[in-house]
Amino acid sequence: MDDYMLIFRHEDGNKVASPEQIQIWMKQTMDWIAGISAKGKFIGGNGLPFEGSQVVWSHGVVTDGPFGEIKETIGGYIMVKAGSFDEAVEFAKGCPILQGEGNSVEVRKIAKHDGVH
Amino acid sequence: MQQQELIPHLFRTEYRKIIAVLCKRFGFDEIETAEDIASDTFMTAAQIWPLQGIPQNPIAWLYAVAKNKAKNFLQRQATFHNKVVPDTATTENASTVTDYEIDLSPKNINDSQLQMMFAICHPAIAPESQIGLSLRILCGFGIEEIADAFLTNKETINKRLYRAKEKLREENIPIALPDRAAIDERLATVLATIYLLFNEGYYSITNNKTLRKELCFEAMRLCYMLVENKFTNKPAANALLSLMCFHASRFEARINKNGDLVLYEEQDTSLWDADLISKGGYFLNCSASGNQLSRYHLEAAIAYWNTRKDDTHEKWEAILQLYNQLLQIEYSPIAALNRTYALSKANGKQEAIIEAEKLNLSGNHFYFTLLGELYTGIDNGKARLHFEKALTLAKTITDKQVIQKKIERLS
Amino acid sequence: MKDYLLVYRTDYSFLPNRTPEEMQAMSKRWMDWFGSIAAQNKLTDRGNRLDFSGKVVRNDNTVTNGPYAEIKESIGGYSVIKAESYEAAVEIAKGCPVFKVGGNVEVREIAAM
Repeated sequence: MDDYMLIFRHEDGNKVASPEQIQIWMKQTMDWIAGISAKGKFIGGNGLPFEGSQVVWSHGVVTDGPFGEIKETIGGYIMVKAGSFDEAVEFAKGCPILQGEGNSVEVRKIAKHDGVH
Repeated sequence: MQQQELIPHLFRTEYRKIIAVLCKRFGFDEIETAEDIASDTFMTAAQIWPLQGIPQNPIAWLYAVAKNKAKNFLQRQATFHNKVVPDTATTENASTVTDYEIDLSPKNINDSQLQMMFAICHPAIAPESQIGLSLRILCGFGIEEIADAFLTNKETINKRLYRAKEKLREENIPIALPDRAAIDERLATVLATIYLLFNEGYYSITNNKTLRKELCFEAMRLCYMLVENKFTNKPAANALLSLMCFHASRFEARINKNGDLVLYEEQDTSLWDADLISKGGYFLNCSASGNQLSRYHLEAAIAYWNTRKDDTHEKWEAILQLYNQLLQIEYSPIAALNRTYALSKANGKQEAIIEAEKLNLSGNHFYFTLLGELYTGIDNGKARLHFEKALTLAKTITDKQVIQKKIERLS
Repeated sequence: MKDYLLVYRTDYSFLPNRTPEEMQAMSKRWMDWFGSIAAQNKLTDRGNRLDFSGKVVRNDNTVTNGPYAEIKESIGGYSVIKAESYEAAVEIAKGCPVFKVGGNVEVREIAAM
């Protein structure tokens, strides 16, 4: 069993959702996580608000937003336990953000602590 | 051993055994009775031995007296119980009342003490109370000694212990080892209490050197009991025992005849206890099984490097990395300062000065002492300013003397 | 104090060419950096490094191999730190060893999910 990170990539972080939509998403997200928890495979996760994000480059250069012209941004992530990449991908397929046009979920295996980041 | 020394000595070694067995037998509802019986046993010895001579086997004598007193209590309790509730099935009572024997075999003593350790170090009991109860019940300290260790009076300690015992009853804490599944979590609290007990002795505010040493060795004894038991012999327990052995090895060197602290750099290494250092190494090896890395593992490894006086880059790089990891597990200002000192030795003073200034510990005299050290040789004017600031923040005479010496060395 | 997520991005194509000595020096820089943040009592979670392999699930249900490629870089790892503000979090991020290999750090405030 390995740990995997599921990263929510929104195509356009500037799109404003309505309160009703947000509520539906929240419910769907909670149900999705509950499904993974029920299998004892949810480790944890966080939501990342779109506003204010900064990118630090070498020599202390700081820019707003993830990547300037590119609107694509990370909206959150969760970590799960899975027996294989395929199982982790199956969990990812249930992620509610995938209902949004152009959105995607990146699935990455977490490396064992080895001192190198 | 002279008679007047024998009873206090036996009190220290046997009281805690009798009380653990009696408590286990009676339950926390009768903890005061257990304490009374244990104390009465020694009172009886003090009355009889001077007149009739010391018995051939004093420990067996004490156990026999304690057993008799406990038996009397259980009989009285049964009689009382039968009178108050005379209508309950008498046959049932008859089967229980016949068993008044108290088992003071080495195995039951050991089991009871371990179980008491877990009961007292229950997460529901406040750490301060855990220490008080541990000293009283697990270590057999007198109220006066506990008061001395905490620099307070007997009334305060009595009140504190009273409240702690109430809590044991209220929470209905069982005198038993935890389930196998819960052992690591519960052991963590037990180890934390043992370490607090050790530090109480090692960094104690009391000047009584003998008492301080005893606190340390009691903590080590309790930890040793855990390591000796198959069920509780876990890597973290070995790591803590190793850590305490390494620290205790410097006990004679770090306090001088006047009870003043001797700084590490100025310690006479011939006073370091080689036997304890090698024990520390042994338990550090034992702690290396399993894949769990506790703060005790890291602190023990740091303590190991501190038993080596050579000033090599290898040593300081190892210590730096251990502090890097320790701070990630558990932050403390002193670990942050020690890490920065190790950084100066491994990566140079310039980097350490930048790091030190990020620490935000400006209320701490050790912080300014560190800055003073880092600036020494780079900018002695700044070094002096920092030492002077440290001097105004230091509270104890020892600390002030240490800083004063560093200022004198600048010129 | 709020929690901020630091997302480390690098161009992975450089990585295989590193010598063991460079790897070790890099490892020390990361450990010293985490130690530095932890010594300020600002490290919530050292986080993790991510294996280079990855998959991307898209909203049309297709699954592609490899980590999500942004221009040249992709996510190599993350940590969570505590800071008073975005500015303070950015100041901490400026010390990150990822810049030594031409990477960058995205700083994101964390909201409870």
